[in-house]
Amino acid sequence: MPSRAKRSARELSPLEKTPTGIPGFDEISEGGLPKGRTAIVCGGAGCGKTMFGIEFLVRGALEYDEPGVLMAFEETPEDIARNVASLGFDIQDLANKKKLFLDYISVEPHEIQESGDYDLEGLFIRLQSAVEAVGAKRVMFDTLEALFSGFSNPGILRAEFRRLFRWLKDRGLTTVITAERGEGTLTRHGLEEYVSDCVILLDHRIKDQISARRLRIVKYRGTKHGADEYPFLIDERGMSILPLTSLQLQHTVSNERISSGVPDLDEMLEGKGYFRGSSVLITGTAGSGKTTLAASFVDAACLRGERCLYIDFEESRHQVARNMNSVGIDLDQWSKKGLLAHEAWRPTQFGIEMHLLRIHKLIERVKPQCVVIDPITNLMNGSSDKEVYSMLMRLLDFLKVAGITAVFVSLTSGGDNMEQTTVGISSLTDTWILLRDLELNGERNRCLYVLKSRGMAHSNQLREFVITGQGIRLLSVYIGPGGVLTGSSRVTQESAERAVAIQKQQEIERKQQDAARKRLTIQAQVAALQAELDAVEKEENTLNRDDREREKQDKADRDMLAKSRGSR
Amino acid sequence: MKTKQKPKSSKKPVELRLYVAGQTPRSLAAIANLKKICAGNFEEDYLIEVVDLIKNPALARDHQILAIPTLVRSLPVPICKIIGDLSDTERVVVGLDIRKAKPKKPAAKAQNA
Repeated sequence: MPSRAKRSARELSPLEKTPTGIPGFDEISEGGLPKGRTAIVCGGAGCGKTMFGIEFLVRGALEYDEPGVLMAFEETPEDIARNVASLGFDIQDLANKKKLFLDYISVEPHEIQESGDYDLEGLFIRLQSAVEAVGAKRVMFDTLEALFSGFSNPGILRAEFRRLFRWLKDRGLTTVITAERGEGTLTRHGLEEYVSDCVILLDHRIKDQISARRLRIVKYRGTKHGADEYPFLIDERGMSILPLTSLQLQHTVSNERISSGVPDLDEMLEGKGYFRGSSVLITGTAGSGKTTLAASFVDAACLRGERCLYIDFEESRHQVARNMNSVGIDLDQWSKKGLLAHEAWRPTQFGIEMHLLRIHKLIERVKPQCVVIDPITNLMNGSSDKEVYSMLMRLLDFLKVAGITAVFVSLTSGGDNMEQTTVGISSLTDTWILLRDLELNGERNRCLYVLKSRGMAHSNQLREFVITGQGIRLLSVYIGPGGVLTGSSRVTQESAERAVAIQKQQEIERKQQDAARKRLTIQAQVAALQAELDAVEKEENTLNRDDREREKQDKADRDMLAKSRGSR
Repeated sequence: MKTKQKPKSSKKPVELRLYVAGQTPRSLAAIANLKKICAGNFEEDYLIEVVDLIKNPALARDHQILAIPTLVRSLPVPICKIIGDLSDTERVVVGLDIRKAKPKKPAAKAQNA
């Protein structure tokens, strides 16, 4: 009984996997390729089979310290080295360091005659000596099917293939073999019959003249794996696969607030601006100032010393820089300081998933805190709404998990309902700022309002949006009896009010002057009376004095008279 | 490595190299068949070298050998390869392009008849 339990426990041990190191592949395959087994990579011409295998070897050697052997049947090592050098892999250097062994196997059907029984022991001997030379853990055959052109006896070949795969398995070598896709079958020569552990199908298709590469794990015995078709990209950094389904709504959030770049708009958002790591949608009609608003945000972020990524589907870096200069935003200085990465490409350049992959890769390279995508509506070209919606949802999730504040610019055409984005992503974003034109009295004026902003008591006001030489200003709109007035209507109304005020002021001034004059008159009258009074008093005094003088004189006279009489 | 030489004239000899992997029955059969064919058909000088790739694995890479056994005629050029245990004598003779033996062979047969 115990031994039975032991055995079942051993049987349940999960399949060991060897990470490929190819970005994205290890996620969808939940760990990589089956360890010590053979995986087959099949697909049509030019779909990236060889690329997959070589990247498996190179990354194994560089990142996992697992040396590899490349058995090339179609290209010489020099050709392969040259081909993958453009993808940043120096396989010659790896070969020199004994981390990679390259063996070119030439199969020349015209110089081979067959006489009697044979086997492919020579291939085994070469493989064995190569594996021993570098202590290989990984092997790649590119492509084994070339043997079918060199040897006419398929019976012998099939027996030898079976022996080869067993040989590889016995030695625990994780192997990738590439195979050309056949008509109605996975591989032209049915190699998948022998390799039943893992089959990966690569596809390169063209839709609306735009190429899209896809990868699908057709079969992976003994493990669960992503079953979808995953888009992948081959660029100057090798291959990368985008796991479409690894979506999770488990990101942490930040309470930090960052400026929108427009102080007046910050004022509308509780005076603090956006939440860090939130997503902001700016929608508006053509020429309503969406890009300027987004550029203000970038300018403010760079001013704080944050790294920004500006993905532009409409204008080149220089064009945006020039245009923003006219409104007092100098983006060039940030580009020069390395804080702003402005990447512009045409939306028609790739399929929708390629855009997503490219954005992913850019974000991984630039490591920005803020991302602007201007405009997302251009992605609609050549893709269905559903595809764009799912792409943007994935992008949003990716940005949120990374804690990156994102600003999406979306163009609404004038006729549409303004409060409905063409892509329908408004429900995915946290803050939605709507820019619109108001047409009144023969002019268009810009207006801004915050349609929604999760987690804050934002303003409910409609504000007039003015682009000045010093950036954006938001003015309070005039709300009068005639409704909301903006632009020159507002100016007219304001000047009319000013005229009334001036008139009132003048009236007051006039009355004040009148009063002053009256006061002066009365004061004059008072002064005249005073003068009269003074004169009367003076006269009175004079009279009194004269009286006293006369009395005195009279008395003196009398005295003198008495004196004279007395002496006689 | 085993070499066998049969000098007959001053002309440059035909160089034949037989690649085998160990002493398997198939290898031994190939060696025996080759000796028999050469003895029966060659009039000019020839040189047989038997290369055991188990002892010399690097030679498999240098000489682009896949199938075992492989017979390589390295001289005269162009190089030609015959794979298998050489049991099909006719194919070996055609494959090695033994021209000089041909005019003599019918003549010998005519004499016999």
